[in-house]
Amino acid sequence: MQRLLRHRLLWPAVTLLLLLAVNAVFNPGFWQLQWRGGHLYGSIIDILNRAAPLALVALGMTLVIATRGIDISVGATVAIAAAVAALMIGGELVVKDGVQTHVSRFPMSVAIVAALVVAAGCGLWNGLLVAKVGMQPIIATLILMVAGRGIAQLLTGGQIITVYYAPFFFLGNGFLLGLPFAVFIAAAVWGVLHLLMTRTALGLFIQTIGINPAAARLAGLHERLITICVYTFCGLAAGIAGLVISSNVKSADGNNAGMLMELDAILAVTLGGTLLTGGRFSLAGSVLGALIIQTLTSTIYSIGVPPEINMVVKAAVVFVVMLMQSAEFRAAVRGWVVRPAAGATR
Amino acid sequence: MSSHVVLEARGLTRRFTGVLALSGVDFRLRAGEVHALMGQNGAGKSTLIKVLTGVYPADAGELTLGGETIHPSSPAAAQRLGISTVYQEVNLCTNLSVAENIFAGRYPRKPAAGLWRIDWSRMAVDARALLARLNLDIDVTRLLSSYPVAVQQMVAIARALSVEAKVLILDEPTSSLDEQEVERLFAVLRQLRGEGMAILFVTHFFEQMYAISDRITVLRNGELVGEYLKAELPPAALITAMVGRELSAAAGRNEQATVAAGPALLEATGFGRRGTLNPVDIGLRRGEVVGVGGLLGSGRTELARLLFGLDRSDSGELQIDGTRVRFDNPAQAIRHGLGMCPEERKFDGIVAELSVRENIALALQARLGIWKYLSPARQKEIADRFVKALGIKTPDIDTPIALLSGGNQQKVVLARWLATEPRLLILDEPTRGIDVAAKQEIMNEILSLARGGLAVLFISSEMDEVVRVSDRIVVMRDRSKVGELPGSSSEQAVYHLIAAGA
Amino acid sequence: MTSAMKLDSRYVPLLGTIVVFALTAGYGSVAYTGFFSAQVFLNLLIDNAFLCIVGVGMTFVILSGGIDLSVGSVIALTTMVSAALVEHHHWSAAQAIPLVLLIGTGFGAFMGWLIQRFRLQPFIVTLAGMFLARGLCYLISIDSISITDATYTAISQARIPLWGSGASITVSALLALGMVAVGIWLAHTTEFGRTVYAIGGSEPSALLMGLPVARTTVLVYTFSGFCSALAGVVFTFYMLSGYGLHAVGLELDAIAAVVIGGTLLSGGVGYVAGTLFGVLILGIIQTLIAFDGSLSSWWTRIVIGALLFVFCLLQRAFESRR
Repeated sequence: MQRLLRHRLLWPAVTLLLLLAVNAVFNPGFWQLQWRGGHLYGSIIDILNRAAPLALVALGMTLVIATRGIDISVGATVAIAAAVAALMIGGELVVKDGVQTHVSRFPMSVAIVAALVVAAGCGLWNGLLVAKVGMQPIIATLILMVAGRGIAQLLTGGQIITVYYAPFFFLGNGFLLGLPFAVFIAAAVWGVLHLLMTRTALGLFIQTIGINPAAARLAGLHERLITICVYTFCGLAAGIAGLVISSNVKSADGNNAGMLMELDAILAVTLGGTLLTGGRFSLAGSVLGALIIQTLTSTIYSIGVPPEINMVVKAAVVFVVMLMQSAEFRAAVRGWVVRPAAGATR
Repeated sequence: MSSHVVLEARGLTRRFTGVLALSGVDFRLRAGEVHALMGQNGAGKSTLIKVLTGVYPADAGELTLGGETIHPSSPAAAQRLGISTVYQEVNLCTNLSVAENIFAGRYPRKPAAGLWRIDWSRMAVDARALLARLNLDIDVTRLLSSYPVAVQQMVAIARALSVEAKVLILDEPTSSLDEQEVERLFAVLRQLRGEGMAILFVTHFFEQMYAISDRITVLRNGELVGEYLKAELPPAALITAMVGRELSAAAGRNEQATVAAGPALLEATGFGRRGTLNPVDIGLRRGEVVGVGGLLGSGRTELARLLFGLDRSDSGELQIDGTRVRFDNPAQAIRHGLGMCPEERKFDGIVAELSVRENIALALQARLGIWKYLSPARQKEIADRFVKALGIKTPDIDTPIALLSGGNQQKVVLARWLATEPRLLILDEPTRGIDVAAKQEIMNEILSLARGGLAVLFISSEMDEVVRVSDRIVVMRDRSKVGELPGSSSEQAVYHLIAAGA
Repeated sequence: MTSAMKLDSRYVPLLGTIVVFALTAGYGSVAYTGFFSAQVFLNLLIDNAFLCIVGVGMTFVILSGGIDLSVGSVIALTTMVSAALVEHHHWSAAQAIPLVLLIGTGFGAFMGWLIQRFRLQPFIVTLAGMFLARGLCYLISIDSISITDATYTAISQARIPLWGSGASITVSALLALGMVAVGIWLAHTTEFGRTVYAIGGSEPSALLMGLPVARTTVLVYTFSGFCSALAGVVFTFYMLSGYGLHAVGLELDAIAAVVIGGTLLSGGVGYVAGTLFGVLILGIIQTLIAFDGSLSSWWTRIVIGALLFVFCLLQRAFESRR
C-alpha cells in the first residue's frame, strides 16, 4: 500500500479519475459506450481520440524536458507537417473507368514519409542549435516557432488546404477493432518509446544527462549526440500528430494548426510528474497528462461553463504544479504550517 | 611594531550537518599588517572567511570589529560594517563599466528637474582618483570585461577602498595572475598596509605567502593550531603545523614486487594547458601505482582532467601503448581503457536521483553503447558484486545514491569505474570524506588491482597514503612538476621537495 | 591610448542593428518609388507604436536575464476590459484608462513576485500568465466588442501635423517615443536601471555588491506589465475594439525586436534605443513586403525568424569569444 501511495503516477491518476467523476456527475450518459456504425461510440472514445495528437506531442516533449531542455516550436512543426502532407496528397477529382474518384498527387505513403522527414528535420534543426551551437533551448526553439509558422503559411498559401483523398482520412477518422485509429498510432509510438527506454540504455542516458550533464560527460556519454536525437524525435512526434490532426479535419490550416499546442504539451508533461528541471521522466505520466487536459476540456464543456474558461483553469493548474515543484515554496509552506520551536532560529 | 587589533574572533564555532567545520577558533587581525591564513583542504579556512564576511552566522563565539561586537547577516551587511572581500573569481559585473562597478549601489547623484539622476562624470572622476591610489591609470568608462583579471581585481580592491573598508580579505587572489601581475598586486597591498589597512590573505602558494605576509594563522581540522610571526615559522614548520603530526621519516612502500611492472602504458611529454598546467612529463606502466603529491592548487586535478580528455591540452603530446592519441572527450579516453574518479563527487561524480545500481553500471553501459543494454537484473548482478567487494553500505541496490553517506557514494563511483575493467585508473582524492576503515579497504583494493596489472594514477592530499601505496611519486607545486621521488620515499622527503624554493 | 579607434565591445550589437536598419531602409528606397518619404517612415512608428511600447518593457526584462511571454495577452486583456467598461458600463476614457493601466501593472507585479519569491523560472510563470490573461479576456466576452466611444475615436483619428511637410503623426506614436525616452532615462540614470543591468550580468555578484536584487526583479516585471497595459491602451485606439484574439503572438515579435535591437538574451548587455530600431526594422520588413505586393504577408514571419536566427548566432559567437 505504501508503495502505491508513493508511486509517481498516483497524483495524475487521481486527478484524472476525479475529472472523470465530475464529468459523469454532470453528464449522465458519460460512461455510456455504444456500438454504432461498426465501432465504439461514446464520450470516452471522443476523449481518447482527441487526446491522441496531444499525447504524441507530449511524448516527444517529455524526452526533451528530461534533458533539461524545452521545445516551443512543436506547434509550428505540426502545422508544417500537415501542410506538406496536404499539398502532396491534395486529391483531384478524376474520372476513372467512368467512376469519379479522388487521386492523390503523390502516393500517399510518399506524402506521409515526406511530411515526417520534414518534421524530423525541424527537430534536427532545433537539436543542432542547442547541442552544437550551444543556444539556450527556449531561444533556439523560439526561432523555429516564429519562422515555422511563416513557413507553414507559405506552404498553404495562407489558405486552408482541403484534402480530398479518402484513404488519408483513416489516420484521424478511421477505426480499428472498434477503437479510433489515432489511439493506436499514439499507443504504438508510446509502445516503441517504452521499449526503447526499457530495453536499451537510452532511458538511462537521457536521465543522466538531465540530472547531471557534467557527470554524464565524464562517464563517457555522448551527450551532444543524444540531445540532438531527442530534439529530432520531438519534431518527428509533432509531425505524426500533425498528420493525425489534418487527417481528422481533412485539411491543413497553416494559420491555426497546432496553435498553442506547445503549451498544452508542456502542461501535460509537468502534470505527469516530470520536472521541468530534467532528469527522471515518465512517459505514462505524460500520456495521463494529455488525457487530463482533454478530459478537463470535456468536463468544462459538460458542466456548462463557457469553454473559454479552459484557459484560466489551465493557467491555474500550471501555477499550482509550478509552485509544488518549487523547493522554496514547499519550504515556505512548511514554515507557515509548522510552528518554529520557541527560541530556535534557522 | 605593535598595532591595535581591528578584527577579532573568539571561540568561533560552526557546524554543518554532522561536520564540525570550525571549533573554538580564535583569530586576530591587526591594522597595518598582512595576515596569512593557512591550512589544508577541509581545515576550515573558507568557513572562517564565510563567517567573517557574513555568508553564514557562527553557531558559537564572538566577533568584534574595532572593539564592537558585530553580527554580519549577509555579505552586503559585512561590507557596510567595513569588511570587504576580493574573491578568486572576481565578484563584480563584467558587463558594467569600471567606474560603475566601483560605485554600484552608492552612485553619486545630482538633481535634475526635481528627480535624482546618476552623476556619471563625477563617478568617473572619483573612480579615477581611487584607482590612482593603487597606481592604476585606466579608462574607467570602459567595460570591466575589456580588462584582464589582474586589473579587475584592482577594481575590486578600489571598490573596497571606496566603502572605506577597515578590513580587506583576499581569498586566493593570485590563482589567475602571472608573476608581474602578482608583483603589482603585492605593491598595492604593501601600500595599503602602510596606510593602516588590516589585510587577510588566503593562498596556497607558499612563495607568495612568505613574500607578502607579516603574520600567519594556521588552521587544521577546524581548530586553531596557532598564530605566528612569519619569522617564527619556516616552511618545514609550517607544513608540520598544517599536516598535524610529525611527518613520518619512515620509508614508504618499498615492495619491489612491481619491479616487473609492465610496458609503458601512458606517456605524456610536455603535456600542459596554458593558464592551467605548465608542461609536464609523466609516464605510467602497467601494474604501477604512481602517486601525485602536492598541496592544494598545485595542478594535480588539472593534470588528471587533461589526461582524461575533460579539458583540451594545447602543448605536448600523449601516447597510449606507444601510439599518439588526442582525447577531445572522456568517451575517447574510456575507449582506450582509461577511467577516472573525479575529485568532487557531488559535482561530476554521482548522478543523484539514480539508484546505486544505475550509478555503478553507468560508465560500463556508456562504453557498451545504447543497444547492448545491461538489463536491470544484469546491472544488479554487477552492482551486488561491487557492493560486496568494496563494502558499500546501502539499504538496497535500488536506493537513490543521494541518500548514501559521502563515503559510500565515493565507493559507488569507484565501483562504476572498476566495472569497466580499465587498464589505467585515475583516482582524484578517492578517500576524501571516508572513514578510516573504508579508507583502508579502498587502499587495499587499489593495491590488489595494481598487482593484477592495473595502472593507477593516485592523487591525494593525504601524503601518508600517497607514500604508502605508490611505486613512484610525482611531486607538483604551483602548477608545475617539480620532481619525482621513488615510492620508498618518506613523507618528509616529499614535503621537503615541495617546500624547496619556497 | 588608441581608445578612439577601438570600439567598446558593448556598442557592437547596437551598431549592427543600426547598420541593418540603414541597409533595409536604403534597399527599400532604391527598390521602390515612394518608399523614401517621411510619411512612410512615420507610419513605421504609427503602425507599430504598441509593439514599441511593449518592447521597452521587454528590453528591461531581457536585460535582467528573464523573459515575459504574457505581453500579448495582457494587451488583449487591456483592450477587452477597456471596451467592456466603456461600451457596456459607460465609463469614460478618463476613468477606464487608469484602471486598465493599474490592472496590467498589478498583473506584472504578481508574476514578478512569484518569480522572485519562489525562484520559479520566468518563462513558465509568464507562460501561465499568458494563459490566464487571455482566459480572463474570454470570460468577459467571447466576441469582440467594438468601441464607439467618442473620446477613443477622436484620439484614434487624431493626426498631429509635423513641420508642415504634409506628414503627420498620431498620439500613439508620440506615446511610443515618449516611452522610449522614459526607458532610456530609467536605464541610464536611475539605480533601478543600473541594477537591472547588474542582475543580467551576474546576479550573485549583484547580491554581493549589495544591490537591491529582489526588489528590482519584481519591479522589472511590474514595469513590463505597465508597458503591456499602456501598449494595450494604444492598441485600443488602433483597433477600436476589445477582442480576445488581439495581439496573438505579439510577445514573439517583441522578443524579436529586442534581440534584433542588439540586446543579448542572456542579459546584461543592450540598449532601449536598440529596441526602437528593432521595431523599425520589423516595420520596414512588413512595409517592404507590402510594397513588393508579390510576397505574401507570412514572409514577414519567415524573415523575422531568419533575422532572429542570425542575430542569435552572432550573439552566441560574441559570447563565446569573451
